[in-house]
Amino acid sequence: MSAQDTSGALALNVMNFARLLRTAGLPVGPGKLLVAIEALEVIDLTRKEDMYWALHAVFVERHSQSELFAVAFERFWVSRPSAHEIASLVDKETTPSSSHQGPALPRRVADAMVEAGLASSAPINEKNIEIEVSDTWSAKERLKSTDFESMSIEELTATRRIMADLRLPIPELPSRRFQPHASGRRIDMRSSLRSTVRAAGAIDLKRKRRVRRHPPLVVLCDISGSMEAYARMMLHFLHAITNDRDRVHTFLFGTRLTNVSRHLAHTDPDIALARVGLAVQDWSGGTRIGETIASFNRRWSRRVLGQGAVVLLITDGLDRDGGTGLAEEMERLQKSCRRLIWLNPLLRYKEFSPKSAGIKAILPYVDDFRPVHSLDSLTDLAEALGKASDLRSWPRQ
Amino acid sequence: MPNSLPATIDETDALLRGGGYVPDRSLTTAAFLSLKLTRPLFLEGEAGVGKTEIAKVLAASLGRKLVRLQCYEGLDITSAVYEWNYPRQMMAIRLAESGDAHDKESMSANIYGEEYLVERPLLSALRPDACGPPVLLIDELDRTDEPFEAYLLEVLSEYQVSIPELGSVRAETPPIVVITSNRTREIHDALKRRCLYHWVDYPDAERELAILQGKVPEAAASLSRQVVAAVQHLRDQDLFKPPGIAETIDWTRALMALDKRQLDRQGFEDTLGVILKYQDDISHVRQRAAEDALAASSSAK
Repeated sequence: MSAQDTSGALALNVMNFARLLRTAGLPVGPGKLLVAIEALEVIDLTRKEDMYWALHAVFVERHSQSELFAVAFERFWVSRPSAHEIASLVDKETTPSSSHQGPALPRRVADAMVEAGLASSAPINEKNIEIEVSDTWSAKERLKSTDFESMSIEELTATRRIMADLRLPIPELPSRRFQPHASGRRIDMRSSLRSTVRAAGAIDLKRKRRVRRHPPLVVLCDISGSMEAYARMMLHFLHAITNDRDRVHTFLFGTRLTNVSRHLAHTDPDIALARVGLAVQDWSGGTRIGETIASFNRRWSRRVLGQGAVVLLITDGLDRDGGTGLAEEMERLQKSCRRLIWLNPLLRYKEFSPKSAGIKAILPYVDDFRPVHSLDSLTDLAEALGKASDLRSWPRQ
Repeated sequence: MPNSLPATIDETDALLRGGGYVPDRSLTTAAFLSLKLTRPLFLEGEAGVGKTEIAKVLAASLGRKLVRLQCYEGLDITSAVYEWNYPRQMMAIRLAESGDAHDKESMSANIYGEEYLVERPLLSALRPDACGPPVLLIDELDRTDEPFEAYLLEVLSEYQVSIPELGSVRAETPPIVVITSNRTREIHDALKRRCLYHWVDYPDAERELAILQGKVPEAAASLSRQVVAAVQHLRDQDLFKPPGIAETIDWTRALMALDKRQLDRQGFEDTLGVILKYQDDISHVRQRAAEDALAASSSAK
């Protein structure tokens, strides 16, 4: 076999491997394919390890994709399928056959598949959903329990109107960037000089001021049994707010924490909600607030609370664990964010007294408490959040 | 004297080791490809695992200039790319006005010349250097904001900076670019797509010992082994911030400053603040893990 043929076969293999990765949900475009072929040309292919890490460096974009890549690599390159098997492997991956040829995917890889698969911009379809079904858990069952009614056009327009009017109790903050402004406090030297040259010597001072922008928003939303009635509305709210402004991160929790920011980022609310329905595994179950806040603090707080984020906690505070360990975690959460707002949608009585252990544990660490007496629509939700009464307490004492 | 670029992964490994960095094969492969394919190397990982060090070692062992851009919130073009020297420009205008010889046209052309330009890291990394293209380290990219990331996208795809008043500056040979991130926020996919990605993980015991012996050669071998064993054990604990390699090195130096030849209970307690930086972690370890860590280290004697 000539060198030409060898590299041709290699290119074909890499192409098929890229297809496999793409089907599994990694964002692999044609540009990366070319880089991968280029990369394999400059390394010693007899060392499998080098080949692994070379392809890894090209195809993997985030740490969470590593495990998925490992499984795909093992299946494609190490199990050494024959030429015609390679072609069928890609198809086999996409067919909804229940008889998996390889070993059952570990749970975390299955999770990663969901995350990566849904993160890609490809529209969701039957095939895509089916490969995410691993032997360990059933996606269909969860889909059934989270079958959101699709949004009517009236609902959609109403939502847009509400979102346009919504004012969260979060003032915009001065950023460190400047924009030209006629009565700004600072002199914009660059444009002043430019206009001076243009005006042939007469000094014309231009001014600038700080750009003001929303701080990042992190939403932690309870989706346990007691909150079930509000799930659809909450998700519509979260979807709208995610698409309305930048730097919004959304987490749903019942007994475990799920980051759904990427799933909610799809502009179509129905597709976004369907994706969330797939990604979350603990709909309408119990609540472990302490444990989930703890896992947020460990795994996410440094990644999403970095730039002075405001945290919006939506929960009824009814905790299955009776509030054990909750106070410590709430304290840490409050200390690591700019401001902690608690929206409690289940307080139907005006004479609120914190009886449940969970509520007692949360309350001392909240900067802004927003009980809602009746919550039937997005308008109520927006009103509850938009009340200006608590702005006095800004910033935190 | 500038060295030539490594031609194989093994040469890259030797190059990094020669510079005092102990890489694992995955990192070496990514670094080699980055040099070979002239693509930016995107390093992500927890604080203190040696991301910045890679760029420093690359620059030193290749004999290239290291241009470092430390990112922070609000980093803008005037502090990252270039700025006009306004006082000098003003002066030039005043001088031009006082003398009659210069007409206005030539003045406006002159005050936007190279001599009035203040170069910042990104621009200076594109300029040719006697030692070859420099190593551009864009450190802690996650600290800056999205607008700057978008700007960087343009610079890194074309290796070109356009200055409206002057024209564009293009690198003849692209610099070696190393980007690091502590993952305090997600970097946009568009930027990552142009880079070779590598997650820098905590090293295993063997590699950590090699790093420690390279960095603190004066430490007794038994102390180094104990420290590494204890740190490896602590990383398995449920901690808010597990200690990085930087902490391991600091801890060894701290123990040596206290004239410790062995890691004993007293020394461990006294120096806990060197490796753990959160009160919760410290009290957690004090209560539960101290005995275990000591047991692990004594078995490594």
